[in-house]
Amino acid sequence: MKKDKLIIANKNFKSRLIVGTGKYKSMTECARAVKISGASIVTVAVRRVNITDKKKALLMDYIDPKKITYLPNTAGCFNSKDALRTLRLAREIGGWKLVKLEVLGDKKNLFPEMIETLKSTEVLSKEGFKVMVYCNDDPLMAKRLEDSGACAIMPLAAPIGSGLGIQNKTNIRIIRKQTKLPLIIDAGLGQASDATIAMELGCDGVLVNTAIAKAKKPLDMALAFKNAVIAGRQSYLSGRIQKNLMGSASSPKKGII
Amino acid sequence: MKKIKKIKIKINGNFRLINSNINLLNLLKSLKIPFKKVAIELNQEIIDKKKLNKKILKKGDKIEIVHFIGGG
Repeated sequence: MKKDKLIIANKNFKSRLIVGTGKYKSMTECARAVKISGASIVTVAVRRVNITDKKKALLMDYIDPKKITYLPNTAGCFNSKDALRTLRLAREIGGWKLVKLEVLGDKKNLFPEMIETLKSTEVLSKEGFKVMVYCNDDPLMAKRLEDSGACAIMPLAAPIGSGLGIQNKTNIRIIRKQTKLPLIIDAGLGQASDATIAMELGCDGVLVNTAIAKAKKPLDMALAFKNAVIAGRQSYLSGRIQKNLMGSASSPKKGII
Repeated sequence: MKKIKKIKIKINGNFRLINSNINLLNLLKSLKIPFKKVAIELNQEIIDKKKLNKKILKKGDKIEIVHFIGGG
């Protein structure tokens, strides 16, 4: 397993688990969960600096961007213009080129607005960004994104923060079959076993935020997800047995008393 | 003594009165903004951090100062 690394835009990452840094009770808890999860990449949001309260803790003081890759995300953007503006600003903060594009279309279900997402992917790729794209679980759209220069395809398992787990395994399998790009399940996972299932479907990684941050014990859940991703990946690489309708005894018949 | 002229600008959505003829670099310094950890927009245009001192602020300018926070 040692050589089995996640490669995105020609960069190697040790862990196949990407974690979000939102929704935690405190920065300290967030930083500890990230550490326990073993994640090499964390997603971050771009927001206004609080000018009046300068004592407010900064994310960079808790999670060192030199040790953990920051993946700026456009969460909260509902059109291409805002998403582009956000990521251009993110790049300006410190030269970040690897970004996560997320353009939402509906405030209730938080499903991605795929037309705007596709447009933004094209523009950002041309500007030299390496774009990991949050998308729905539609193989045709995944192909369009790939053709538009996406560096990773990130279909949802279920609505963001819903905890429902993977709803359409068939589509994820089809996307896996058609693309050589990193395939990362983003959003909707609820428990560690959901991550294992994603990895067993052949995904290259998973992105988890709410399922860890909002668990009763976030730190323990971070460890559970770490192990679940490793287990799922090993299981996928080991080649599962075929499913059979009838039973097949595990003990030899010879020598039965 | 000559009275210093003040101008009204908007920073991160809030109005603020500042001295006229001040450049963006000096304004950010007075606000104690950690340059390395932020990005700056002036009237929706991203400003190269090396050129902040070249931007003299005018009445009605809109400045956005952003950084990374926790997010999914």
